[in-house]
Amino acid sequence: MENDTPVIVTEQLSKIYPGPVPVHAVNDVDLKVMKGEFTALVGPSGSGKTTLLNLIGGLDYPSNGKVWIRGQEISSLSKSALIEYRLNNIGFVFQAYNLIPVLTARENIEFVMLLQKKSKQERDRRVMELLKEVDLVDQQNKRPGQLSGGQQQRVAVARALASKPAFILADEPTANLDSTTAGNLLDTMVRLNHEENMTFIFSTHDQRVIDRAHRVITLVDGSIARDQIVAVPSDHH
Amino acid sequence: MLLKLAWRNLWRNKRRSIITISAIVFAVVLSVLLDSVKKGLLDKMKENVVGFYHGYVQVHRNGYWDDKTIDNSFDYDSMLIASLQRREEVDEVIPRLESFVLAASESMSKGSMLVGVDPEKEDAVTTLKSKLIKGNYLQDGDHAVMVTTGLADYLRLGLNDSLVVLGQGYHGVSAAGKYPIKGLIKFGSPELNKGLIYLPIGESQHLFGADNKVTAFVLKLDNIREAQKTSEELGAMLPHDEYETMSWQQMLPELDQVIQGEEAENKIFQVVLYMLIAFGIFGTILMMTMERQFEFGVMVAIGMNKAMLSLVVVLENIFLSILGAIVGVMVSLPVVLYLYRFPVSLSGQLAEAYENFGMEPIYYFSTDAVVFYTQGLVVLSLALVLAFYPVFKIWKLNPVAAMQS
Repeated sequence: MENDTPVIVTEQLSKIYPGPVPVHAVNDVDLKVMKGEFTALVGPSGSGKTTLLNLIGGLDYPSNGKVWIRGQEISSLSKSALIEYRLNNIGFVFQAYNLIPVLTARENIEFVMLLQKKSKQERDRRVMELLKEVDLVDQQNKRPGQLSGGQQQRVAVARALASKPAFILADEPTANLDSTTAGNLLDTMVRLNHEENMTFIFSTHDQRVIDRAHRVITLVDGSIARDQIVAVPSDHH
Repeated sequence: MLLKLAWRNLWRNKRRSIITISAIVFAVVLSVLLDSVKKGLLDKMKENVVGFYHGYVQVHRNGYWDDKTIDNSFDYDSMLIASLQRREEVDEVIPRLESFVLAASESMSKGSMLVGVDPEKEDAVTTLKSKLIKGNYLQDGDHAVMVTTGLADYLRLGLNDSLVVLGQGYHGVSAAGKYPIKGLIKFGSPELNKGLIYLPIGESQHLFGADNKVTAFVLKLDNIREAQKTSEELGAMLPHDEYETMSWQQMLPELDQVIQGEEAENKIFQVVLYMLIAFGIFGTILMMTMERQFEFGVMVAIGMNKAMLSLVVVLENIFLSILGAIVGVMVSLPVVLYLYRFPVSLSGQLAEAYENFGMEPIYYFSTDAVVFYTQGLVVLSLALVLAFYPVFKIWKLNPVAAMQS
């Protein structure tokens, strides 16, 4: 039943960048993402994938339309409320990993929970759980600079999961990884999707990611050109 | 974790941190040196004129300062001395009998101030003995004088030569005497060095026919900064119609004005220096802020609120500023101590110009702790105020735009 609940709903979502020639980066997007979906957002460069992710992730305000996350309308929240909202509801995985370079893998994961003011006991327990999930227990005391690209991205995934978000937004997560590492990372994310019923939305050009997705949404010029269900989320089986 | 994050961030880009710390160190050293020389010069000027001669507070017969004649002297009163010395803020009280005389050698003469002193007590208060550069220091009962080098040079007299003094004594009696020069003394203040003659007080009383008379009690104070206040309190304690008490500021208003003027001028100069320093520090903070836009964007994107992020950046700047201020003080300390030990002597026309203004042509440096901690704190505060620039940028930060930078 839980998977029948939409995690993300957008209604007539638009983003227009003003200028001499206004740029319509996202045009009237109506979207509903259900719990546990593994969704790939594809399209040519400049099609509006990242802008749509930013709007869904509460990193940017829409010019028109609304975004609901787990039933709460977030596009009208103040900037500071949005930060708080992102912290507790949305996990981000970036193309360039974007870990805090001065913190160890363990501290990077713990950092988000610290911002959430979780107890030390809870933080320790969750960090260990996540390090095991991403298979980095042995590397936990290394700083990002001492880890490979794939390991860093796994830390980024663990960090995104640490806050127990409603869903994870991943912007081109495999773009900087070689094919083996990208495959391993995908395996990790697919497993998390299966085991924890975590909702993932990727913007990607990577065919391997597209091949593993349950749903592929194709954006062209800021609008949804195609929305294809290619598999049913695991819990639906 | 925030402290750890801030501290580690400092050393993440060592070059950037070292540049910032260096800018603060340079600023602290520069401003300590400037303040030290400013304070050293003014303190020396005050010490030369006030400490080595006038004293910080004097007690005279009422009206003496406006009409400095020996007729306005008063009786040496041991009860009065005792009552002054009972005051906690008064360390020592010494008697003087002063009068203008004509000092003459075989071929030259010059108007001078003859000062009758108790040699031992005078040294305890004005460190007169330290000014002796040739010959011997006066002893009580000597029938001899010590003269300043400026006067001796003018009169072309040397050690053991005879000095003739002519003047008016108490109630119009004529005062004339001939004394061998027992010692030559040199004051830092060119003005004082031009014409002072020291004679034991008993001998001066005899010369002026003013037995048991003094023109002033010079007071050594526990806290020289309280001179004005002490003078007022003593004035209230003594009978107004008999005595006047004067602080050095009242006795030497020109010097006080010069010092105040110098201080005001230095403040302006210091503000300009602080502005230059501020721009230097701001440059490095600006560079740091620009370089870290992306990182700030990521932090805000993953849910770090801006207040917390600002706190981390302010903590980083506090660490940098404190480190810079401490290192700056540590670097400037030996430099100032060296310059205090070996002051910079001016020469040539510049030296002459200083002497013409009645100032010693030497740059003295002050080692007063206040110089170090004040300048350290000022530069630290400047750096902390400037740290609000990144805070301002963080508050205005748009995470999407920052991550695209």
